[in-house]
Amino acid sequence: MDRIPILKLGDALLVTVQVDMHDQLATALEEDLTAKIVAHGAKGVLIDISALEIVDSFIGRMLDNIAAVSRILDADTVVVGMRPAVAITLVELGLSLTGVKTALNVERGMALIKTRATPRDDDDDGED
Amino acid sequence: MTGELGTLANIVSNNEGKILPEWLDLLKTSGILQSGRLKEGELATHCRSFLHALRDGLAGGNSHAGHESYAETREILADFSRSRAVQGFSPSETATFVFSLKQPLFNVVNREKGLAPAVIVQMIWAITALLDQFGLYTVEVYQKSRESIISRQQREISELSTPVVKLWKGILALPVIGTLDSERTQIVMENLLQAIVTEGAEIAIIDITGVPTVDTLTAQHLLKTTAAARLMGADCIISGIRPQIAQTMVHLGVELNVISKATLADAFQVALRRTGRAITKLKSAAPDNGKSLDEDRVG
Repeated sequence: MDRIPILKLGDALLVTVQVDMHDQLATALEEDLTAKIVAHGAKGVLIDISALEIVDSFIGRMLDNIAAVSRILDADTVVVGMRPAVAITLVELGLSLTGVKTALNVERGMALIKTRATPRDDDDDGED
Repeated sequence: MTGELGTLANIVSNNEGKILPEWLDLLKTSGILQSGRLKEGELATHCRSFLHALRDGLAGGNSHAGHESYAETREILADFSRSRAVQGFSPSETATFVFSLKQPLFNVVNREKGLAPAVIVQMIWAITALLDQFGLYTVEVYQKSRESIISRQQREISELSTPVVKLWKGILALPVIGTLDSERTQIVMENLLQAIVTEGAEIAIIDITGVPTVDTLTAQHLLKTTAAARLMGADCIISGIRPQIAQTMVHLGVELNVISKATLADAFQVALRRTGRAITKLKSAAPDNGKSLDEDRVG
């Protein structure tokens, strides 16, 4: 069975989903990712879904789960590159992935993880 | 029935010279030409072609206006009432065209010699029934063409009224004008998300100054839009909430769990600060030199 590769990039883990996710693949990714976060002591997880044209409620829930698990393991999850159509579908499904951070592309996502990794105290206007 | 209609077709073709002027006179007194939107010659052509088509249809001997022998008649009527709708005539003015043919037809039937009174009554009844159906058909076509005009305008308005404006690098503004219903929310959302991708925007400001009322449904649509933008990695700020609307929203128990600012300017300032920029006033702004006094620079 093929698995989705997980790359280590400094403190962060990078997952680029290039194939259509079926449920088994998603569950496998969830398990692999949990193991890798613990093994590498990662501070951030970047999931690039720019190649995904279809995200159903199962994948949406899986993303939420990954975020919850990584939060327990002290790592931020950032989902990047979501397509407009996918975003609209998820909102219509009622899945707004409140636990997940989002960014437009991998570059911005990495920047987001870096700012979280190096704590700052300039929260002046009540951020979410 | 068939016999009467056949005879009627003969009477019509024999008396065409009498029917047409009488009909035209009636139409003129009804005031259809007064607005100047229709030329007399044009009207006469319409009348003649309709009368010919009707005569041919009557020869088919069917009393139902939907029958195929009247296909041409219906087609002429449809063309005619579509053009009337576009020209801005009222429905009754359009329908009068058909109904005013009754009187000239009754007159020629009356003048026709050698017809038993019972036959005349039956003929008049047949004409009435047929022309009523045609009249209704005219109004129906008129209504349909009006509706198509309205739906086209609606489409154009919705396209015009949902622009996505780039305020600064990475900052988009979405001025919403008019009521936010489900259909428009869909268009607004698609436009906004597409613009976020192409501009690489980090912040989107949704300005609802132009939204007349915000009810629970509108609020839900706004929330959906902000949620979708967030999934794309862009933050949303809602601006332009008028005092009355703010009050209504609180009374309704609607909560927008996003940053909201009173004006677009405030929201823009927040957006600039978020992206690491600020607006400063130029210190050296010299007064009375013909240039703008209050020039701000974005740094």
